[in-house]
Amino acid sequence: MALKLIVFLPLLAAIIAGLGGRWIGKTAAKVVTTGSLFVGAVFSWPIFFQYINGSAEPAVVPVLTWIHSGTLTVDWALRVDSLTAVMLVVVTTVSSLVHLFSWGYMEEDPSQQRFFAYLSLFSFAMLMLVTADSLVQMFFGWEGVGLASYLLIGFWYHKPSANAAALKAFIVNRIGDFGFSLGIFGTFLVFGTVSIPAILHAAPGMAGSTIGFAGMHVQTMTLLCLLLFVGAMGKSAQVPLHTWLPDAMEGPTPVSALIHAATMVTAGVFMVCRLSPMFQVSPTAMHVVTWVGAITCFFAATVGCAQNDIKRVIAYSTCSQLGYMFFAAGVGAYGAAMFHLFTHAFFKALLFLGAGSVIHAMHHEQDMRFYGSLRKEIPITFWVMVIGTLAITGVGVEFPGGGLGFAGFWSKDAIIQSAWVSGSVAGTFAFWIGVIVALMTSFYSWRLLFMTFFGPPRWAASEHIQHALHGEHDSPDEEHGDSAHDPHHVATGSGGYHPHESPLTILVPIVLLALGALLAGQLFHGIFVGPETAPSYWRGIIAFSREIGEAIESSALWVKLSPTIAMLIGLWIAWNNYIRDPAAPGRFVAMFPAVYTFVANKWYFDELYHFVFVRPALWLGRLFWKGGDEGTIDRFGPHGAAYAVGVGNRVTYRLQSGYLYSYALVMLLGLIGAASWAIWWAK
Amino acid sequence: MIGLAHYLTVAAILFTIGVLGIFLNRRNVILMLMAIELILLAVNINLVAFSAYLGDLTGQVLAMFVLTVAAAEAAIGLAILVIFFRRRGSIAVDDVNRMRG
Repeated sequence: MALKLIVFLPLLAAIIAGLGGRWIGKTAAKVVTTGSLFVGAVFSWPIFFQYINGSAEPAVVPVLTWIHSGTLTVDWALRVDSLTAVMLVVVTTVSSLVHLFSWGYMEEDPSQQRFFAYLSLFSFAMLMLVTADSLVQMFFGWEGVGLASYLLIGFWYHKPSANAAALKAFIVNRIGDFGFSLGIFGTFLVFGTVSIPAILHAAPGMAGSTIGFAGMHVQTMTLLCLLLFVGAMGKSAQVPLHTWLPDAMEGPTPVSALIHAATMVTAGVFMVCRLSPMFQVSPTAMHVVTWVGAITCFFAATVGCAQNDIKRVIAYSTCSQLGYMFFAAGVGAYGAAMFHLFTHAFFKALLFLGAGSVIHAMHHEQDMRFYGSLRKEIPITFWVMVIGTLAITGVGVEFPGGGLGFAGFWSKDAIIQSAWVSGSVAGTFAFWIGVIVALMTSFYSWRLLFMTFFGPPRWAASEHIQHALHGEHDSPDEEHGDSAHDPHHVATGSGGYHPHESPLTILVPIVLLALGALLAGQLFHGIFVGPETAPSYWRGIIAFSREIGEAIESSALWVKLSPTIAMLIGLWIAWNNYIRDPAAPGRFVAMFPAVYTFVANKWYFDELYHFVFVRPALWLGRLFWKGGDEGTIDRFGPHGAAYAVGVGNRVTYRLQSGYLYSYALVMLLGLIGAASWAIWWAK
Repeated sequence: MIGLAHYLTVAAILFTIGVLGIFLNRRNVILMLMAIELILLAVNINLVAFSAYLGDLTGQVLAMFVLTVAAAEAAIGLAILVIFFRRRGSIAVDDVNRMRG
């Protein structure tokens, strides 16, 4: 019953707020939606703790009969086990806090009912995804979150860039979903069922079997896993299907925090973990997952170092952290992947909401080059951002018999060390990537913090701030010269603007999330990855490998210390470049212009896709439009019929001369004809 | 002896003249009315001829009715014509094509 409430209350709230929002008003809509998620969170945490102390068994709650056709049987059923419990906690907690945050952040928006309805709809779809008992139901949730993501990215639909970003997210995800649906079809073909427990039970027996695909004989399990993984790549923004995620930052910041950082983008990781017994059967698929994860991890981190938009830095950071999770899953450390998913949800939501608070204070200026010195103006936001940064960079120390650290310290180090002890080529590659990326993560996170909160104020040059100043005070003497967004001539000074700390509805959620970022790793690392405690938590729900945890404990000291050392080096570089010598980044760019341009342009992925896919697609579309539709169907269809009617009209028009005698003649001829017919033929 | 065939022949000739009068006449609506009268007369001759031939008076009674209706029709037609002439200033047939589509 509690589970049904958790899942369906957000749906109910979304319907009430979405369809009835006009009548109940915005406050009621906000109360209903936020309340439904808080109720969900209140019910979710006890479920999680029941699985931690071992008092709950995996259960399936049937809801409705859905499809019964031949051998295909799909029912709506909510599955809850230790894996789902983690996701329930993550989704309801982050979602309820984001709802609350949006009270303050969306205060001035005219269509708040719609916004909150979408948020709740998203939460419902995400909960449906994580409680799925069959692949088809998971696909339902999968598409539902995609829809909600589309709606929320394009929430400010009057902005063409938001519409374009929404479309891009939807279309790129469609490629992944195509792979996912093929995977589901294939799974049904091979196993004769789409029920997840049945598939996982039967999967080890399919090892070594082959199947014909695209004219080749391939390993059945490799094929199925890779097809399903394509779906995960699309949803979790892995190279090469990552391009939609940075653009998705066009949506309101709470949306970025909820959907594009904490929950939806982790659906791919969740799916791989949920199907981990299946992936375990195929070493090839595992290697692919590792490589894709590691490459994404590295790629996104490099791009994140060169972005100036505060939200884009965090977006690439998300992409990179998802890469961590995937290569953890790829080397078999599913516990570590889920652990990082769990901690990442807290600190990344925190970073995004903190960035939202900064943006709120700075009148929707998102360019970090126009920030600076904000720690004195918005101290609470500053301190929670510091906690978020400490969490993502993985600050902490480990000593015999325990350790002390922020969330990211526990989860990220577990991932990096798991990659090392896996011993495979891909695993070793992932380990080194992981260490290098730990350095870059530290660099771009501290860079964000230093650019935003330290140094002299550089607000004066911002158009948004100018707009706010002149809009509020309307004083013509406050002119600050060239206010264009020119990166080379950034004016300094506050411009007479005073950022103010955000309201309570914004501060409460970020402070709570800061608590999560502080404690999530410290409190829960045992149940996720501890070699003694984790097996009794997971109990075979994911393919948890106890050996990895034991190998980590006995691995060399330098392996354990390397992420921390990399983190410290990254911090030092960031401090050196943005505090001690702010001119240093400019010199670096001047020294290696090619590197900087390549990275700042996101490795030219968008341009490449534009050239390889978009342009041919447009060409093909134009061909079908001009040649197929207009040239053939229209020409011989509607337009042809209309033309024929016109010609016929011109002929009959001549017959209707208006002269009485010609009518009389026709009548006479008709009479003669009728009489002749009656006399000669109608006998 | 003048028999039925002669009457019918005359009637057919009159009928043809009337029909051609309608079709070939381009000048004058009055001529068209007269052609209609001619057609009706042809029909009347037929009626009377058959009536006499068959010894049945019904045909002649019908001929009387036709004459009456023809008179009324001519009166109405001429009245319309007068009105038409007042409005258009012409009664040439080629000008009467207001019904053109």
